[in-house]
Amino acid sequence: MTPLMALLVGVLYAAGIYMLLRRSIVKLILGLVLLSHAAHLLIFTAGGLEWRRAPFIPPGAERLTGVVADPLPQALIMTAIVISFGVTAFALVLVYRAHQAASTDDWDEMRSSEP
Amino acid sequence: MNVLLPLPLLMPLLTAVLCLLGWRSRRWQQAASLAGGFALLAVAVVLLVAVRRTGVQAVAVGSWPPPYGIVLVVDLFSALMVLVSAIIGVATIIYSLATVDAARENYGYHPLVHVLLAGVCGAFLTGDVFNLYVWFEVMLIASFVLMALGGERIQMEGAIKYVTLNLVSSAIFLAAVGILYGLAGTLNMADLAMKLRPAQGDGMVVTVSLMFMAAFGIKAAVFPLFFWLPASYHVPPVAVSALFAGLLTKVGVYALVRLFTLVFVQDVGFTHTLLLVVAGLTMASGVLGAAVQREFRRILSFHIVSQIGYMVMGLALFTPLAVSGAVFYIIHHIIVKTNLFLIAGLVSRLQGTEALALLGGLYRWRPALAMLFLIPALSLAGIPPLSGFFAKLILVRAGLETRQYAIVATALLVSLLTLFSMTKIWQEAFWKQAPALDPAVAPAPAGPAYKVAAGAAVALAALTVSIGLGAEFLLRLSSEAAGQLLDPSAYVAAVLGGRP
Repeated sequence: MTPLMALLVGVLYAAGIYMLLRRSIVKLILGLVLLSHAAHLLIFTAGGLEWRRAPFIPPGAERLTGVVADPLPQALIMTAIVISFGVTAFALVLVYRAHQAASTDDWDEMRSSEP
Repeated sequence: MNVLLPLPLLMPLLTAVLCLLGWRSRRWQQAASLAGGFALLAVAVVLLVAVRRTGVQAVAVGSWPPPYGIVLVVDLFSALMVLVSAIIGVATIIYSLATVDAARENYGYHPLVHVLLAGVCGAFLTGDVFNLYVWFEVMLIASFVLMALGGERIQMEGAIKYVTLNLVSSAIFLAAVGILYGLAGTLNMADLAMKLRPAQGDGMVVTVSLMFMAAFGIKAAVFPLFFWLPASYHVPPVAVSALFAGLLTKVGVYALVRLFTLVFVQDVGFTHTLLLVVAGLTMASGVLGAAVQREFRRILSFHIVSQIGYMVMGLALFTPLAVSGAVFYIIHHIIVKTNLFLIAGLVSRLQGTEALALLGGLYRWRPALAMLFLIPALSLAGIPPLSGFFAKLILVRAGLETRQYAIVATALLVSLLTLFSMTKIWQEAFWKQAPALDPAVAPAPAGPAYKVAAGAAVALAALTVSIGLGAEFLLRLSSEAAGQLLDPSAYVAAVLGGRP
C-alpha cells in the first residue's frame, strides 16, 4: 500500500509542478491545488498506513488499550484541507479579478508590475 | 497558567473583531485600530520585561500537557521580535491613517492589518511546528488580501506572483512537516530537539531539514528563491508594503533561526555551510539587482533581499557572537527598512511619482525630509554611529573569528554597494533639479495628513539613532537571546520540564 501511495504522491507532485509551469493562470491554480493534495496525502502516508483500531477508549476502561491508530495525522490533514480550501477560494477570485483587469490569462502578458 | 503569553495573539485578534463590529464607520475602525496597536505595544513591552526577569516561559494551550498539546513559548528572541513587530504595527497604522484611501479602509484594511499582526506574533510565539504552519497561513491570507485590496491592474499582477510563490512554499513546508512527523512522531519543537539530537548523520533528518530550508528560504527571499519579492512589494499602497517589508520576510528568517538552532543541528558542517553560501549569494544578488533599478520602492525591495543575506550569515556562522549579530541585525533592519518605505511614500506623495528620473529638487524644498531619508539610508549602508554599523560590525567580527574571510569580504563589498545605491536615490530624488517642475515654484504645501505620516517616519528614525547611540544595551539583549538560542536546555526545560 505504501509504495502505491508514494507513487500517487509523486505523480500528483509532478502534475502539479507541470501545471505551475504552464502560461495560463487558471492552470496555475490547478497546479497549486494538486500540490496541496499531494502534501496532504504525503502526511497521510508518512503517518503510517497500517490497519488499526480507531483510538476510542473502550467503555469502562480508564485509558487506551492495545494497538490503535494515530489520530494526529488525520487532525493535521483536516486542518491543512480547511486552510487550502480557503486559500484556493481566494486564489480563484484573484485570478478572476486579474483576468478582468488585464483581459488576458497569459502569464507572459502580465508584465506591468515588472517592466 | 501564564496569561501574558497568549495576549500578543489575542490583542490583535480582538482589535480585528472590534474593527469588524464597526464595519460601517471609518472613524471607529481607525480609532480601534490605533488603540489596538498601542495595546499590542504595551503587551509586548511587558512580555519582554517578564522574559528578561524570569527566563524562558511556556504555556500549554487548553492545558493539554506537552508534547501532546500545542505550547506557546517565549524566549528573549521571540519577545524581542514581538516587540519590534508591535512598533512597526503602530508606526504603519499611524502612517496609514493619513495615507490609505477611504475605499480601502471601508473594505477592511484595518482588520486585515491586525489579523496579519496576529499571524506574525503567533509565528514568533508558537512552540509547535504544525502550529507554525497555521500561523504562517493566517499571516499569508491576510497579506494576500492586503496586497490585492484596491484591485488595480498592477496590484493584481503583483498579487498573483506573490500568492503563487508563497503557496508553493507552504506546500513544501507542509510536506516537510508530514515527513518530520513520520520520522520523529512528534511536532513539538522542544520534543523534536530531544528526539533528533542523537540522530547524528541520519540522512533522512538532513533531507527534511533541507525541505524546511527551501520552504522558509522562499518566505525569507534568499538566493535563488527571491524573485517574487521585487516583483510584488512595490505594487500595494506604501503603508502595506512598508508593513510587508518590515515583517513578512523576517518571519521566514525567524523560522530558519528557530529550527536551525533548536532542531536541525545534527549536521552543522553541511547545513550551515550551505546556509553560508546562500547568505553570500543572497547579499550579492540583491544588491546587484538594486543597482540596475530606477524606481524608489523597487530599489528598496532588492535591498530587502540583500539584507536578508546578512541575517542568514549570522545564523550560518553559528557562534554565539554571530547569532547575536543576526538577532541585532534583524531588529535594526526591520525598523530601518520600514522607515525607508514610509519615506518613499512621502516622496511619491509630494511629487506624484516613484521613478527616480522624474523626481528631484527635494533637498531644496524639503530639507527636513532629505535629512529624514539620510538617517535610515546611511544606517542601511552601515555608517557609524547608526544602528546598521554595529549590526555589521558584530557580523564581520564573528566572520573574522571563524576565519570565513570570503563571506566577510562579500559582506563589506555589499555594504559599499548599498551605499552606492542609497547615494543614487539621494542624488536623483533629493539633490538634482526636478526635471518636470519649474525650479522656482515650490511643490504644494504639506497638509496635516503629510505631517501625521511624516511623524511615523520621524519616530522610527529616532529609534534608529537611539539604537545606534545605545548599541551596548541592544547588544547585551541580543547576546542573551543568542545564548538562549544556542543552548536550548532552558527552552526544553520550560516546555517539557517545569509544567505551569
